[in-house]
Amino acid sequence: MMGRIETAFAAAASKPAFIGFTVAGDPDTATCIRIARALIAGGTDILELGVPFSDPVADGPTIQKADERALAAGTTPDTVFEIAREIRKVSGVPIVFLTYYNIVYRRGIKRFYREAHDAGVDGILIADMPVEESEEVCAVAARCGIDPIFLITQTTTDDRIKKIAAKAHGYLYLVAVLGVTGVRDQVSEGAIDLLHRVRKHTKLPLALGFGISTPAHARTCARAGADGVIVGSAIVEIVERNLSDHDTMVLELQDYVQSMKRV
Amino acid sequence: MSALIELEGAYEKVNKDPQFARDLTALQTEYAGRETPLTFCPNASRELGCKIYLKREDLVHGGSHKLNNTLGQALLAKQMGKKRLIAETGAGQHGVATAIVGAVLGMPVEVYMGEVDTRRQALNVFRMELMGAKVIPVKSGTRTLKDAINEALRDWVANVRDTYYLIGSVVGPHPYPLMVRDFQSVIGREAREQVMRKEGRLPDAVVACVGGGSNAIGIFHPFLADDVELIGVEAGGEGIETGKHSATLCAGDAGVLHGTLSYLLQDEYGQVLPTHSISAGLDYPGVGPEHAMLRDKHRVTYAAVNDPEVLDAFRFLSKTEGIIPALESAHAVAYVKQNADRFDKDDIVIINLSGRGDKDVAEVAAMKGGA
Repeated sequence: MMGRIETAFAAAASKPAFIGFTVAGDPDTATCIRIARALIAGGTDILELGVPFSDPVADGPTIQKADERALAAGTTPDTVFEIAREIRKVSGVPIVFLTYYNIVYRRGIKRFYREAHDAGVDGILIADMPVEESEEVCAVAARCGIDPIFLITQTTTDDRIKKIAAKAHGYLYLVAVLGVTGVRDQVSEGAIDLLHRVRKHTKLPLALGFGISTPAHARTCARAGADGVIVGSAIVEIVERNLSDHDTMVLELQDYVQSMKRV
Repeated sequence: MSALIELEGAYEKVNKDPQFARDLTALQTEYAGRETPLTFCPNASRELGCKIYLKREDLVHGGSHKLNNTLGQALLAKQMGKKRLIAETGAGQHGVATAIVGAVLGMPVEVYMGEVDTRRQALNVFRMELMGAKVIPVKSGTRTLKDAINEALRDWVANVRDTYYLIGSVVGPHPYPLMVRDFQSVIGREAREQVMRKEGRLPDAVVACVGGGSNAIGIFHPFLADDVELIGVEAGGEGIETGKHSATLCAGDAGVLHGTLSYLLQDEYGQVLPTHSISAGLDYPGVGPEHAMLRDKHRVTYAAVNDPEVLDAFRFLSKTEGIIPALESAHAVAYVKQNADRFDKDDIVIINLSGRGDKDVAEVAAMKGGA
């Protein structure tokens, strides 16, 4: 049986899947659920939820501020599972958690993955877990039916790409920039080179993220043969800009995703 | 991760290179002023009822032990062909030590420093800038040392090809804790030889303050196989029970921060907690992983002293010996003072005086009570 993530890539077929990210609990639980619904209504193929962390070293200022807002609103892993359950009630869209190792480690790896599975989560990416340290997590993920998703960067060697491709399921998250998350002007040549380099080693879907925000970016990725584009900071910026008017926020989000899907 | 693998390989290579060792020793002796004295303190010994020696890392060029590490890592960075050094700093001592090596070895330096700390340690900001380094105030998170490390890591991943991240303590991902420990172990090697020369025997105890833990591991490491009591002193801040402290080994739990599994001050969900200490240099919620192991093996005793005792020790050493300790190092002095009855008249106690206190004078003077 195909999992929800695999199905989503198959359904997107000739076009890259749109993978939309928002921070769970930003700015609060109820609004976050509205945000997720707006992203899905706009056509998001896979929903990524950031589990907020006090020290998100892979993220730029936009997402770090969102993490701070979510934590200030009292977001805990329990809240994040609750948000996933609420979305799952109304949608079959695949849900992927993005988090940092200490959040999972503190809760207990087995408990975290079991609870995630029960909440309807399909994949988990731990930003600060190198593949060399992933054995236990991957074993638990396999038992819980959750896809372990890994980051690959432009400095990742071919040897490590092979190691990562052997452990990963669902898709590979290719980091399009040298650096942290955040909106950039264009998709770098390095990102396209990376896409072609990784393609040689795996049949897994390849999604480009970090610095991707406009339809033009998405077109560049599509032409280069990406199976998915991941947008985080651009979505979080819309949230941030409309904190005082949630109705406008969700309308803008839905329009934005639609514009990204029209490529 | 690729950058860490590259670094590990480069470090293994220089470790076996006699020329690298010669270059480092030359800089340590001719430039940094090693070896540093092991000073007997007659007045403090009389007052505390045991033989007190200070390992004088305050006399290393720059005013603290930090240069031991920055000289080693900067030489390594040159060897690796890196063009630019970045660093984080808390109290500013590591930033100053990085600015020094940048100037003398001709490499541009950028130092990330929590905005709170740039205010607490304005003098060190000025010193870094004088030596040509750029100081970048960090305004994210708690605006202290851990956030400076976050920003330095972000810079590093964005500029990894030409930039060397020069970490200042035995924290962060492998191989940093190992490498920094090796470069700081010169403290303990010298102290061991010096005490044998002066007293004909090993000390009864060696005491050092612990933030990230580099000066402590540096002096402890060469004594690990000996029958010598080793004591690490953490920042108790306003008291562990108040929650306003940085006593990671005394009050933390296992956790992962900055690529290291160690003890960590965190809440029940794994969010890293804000820390407090009178000394910016100890204000870090994690601690070197080797200290975590030494704690679990019961080889090193870890204790905490609170801010008022630290201030008291700061004044005590200044008055009795004419040596103004850094507030960080004053934690070690405070522990010995508080626990003086544990030691007999003939017991030899070495305190690692990891830095001088000039940087702290203005802040102490501004506190209620002054000197």
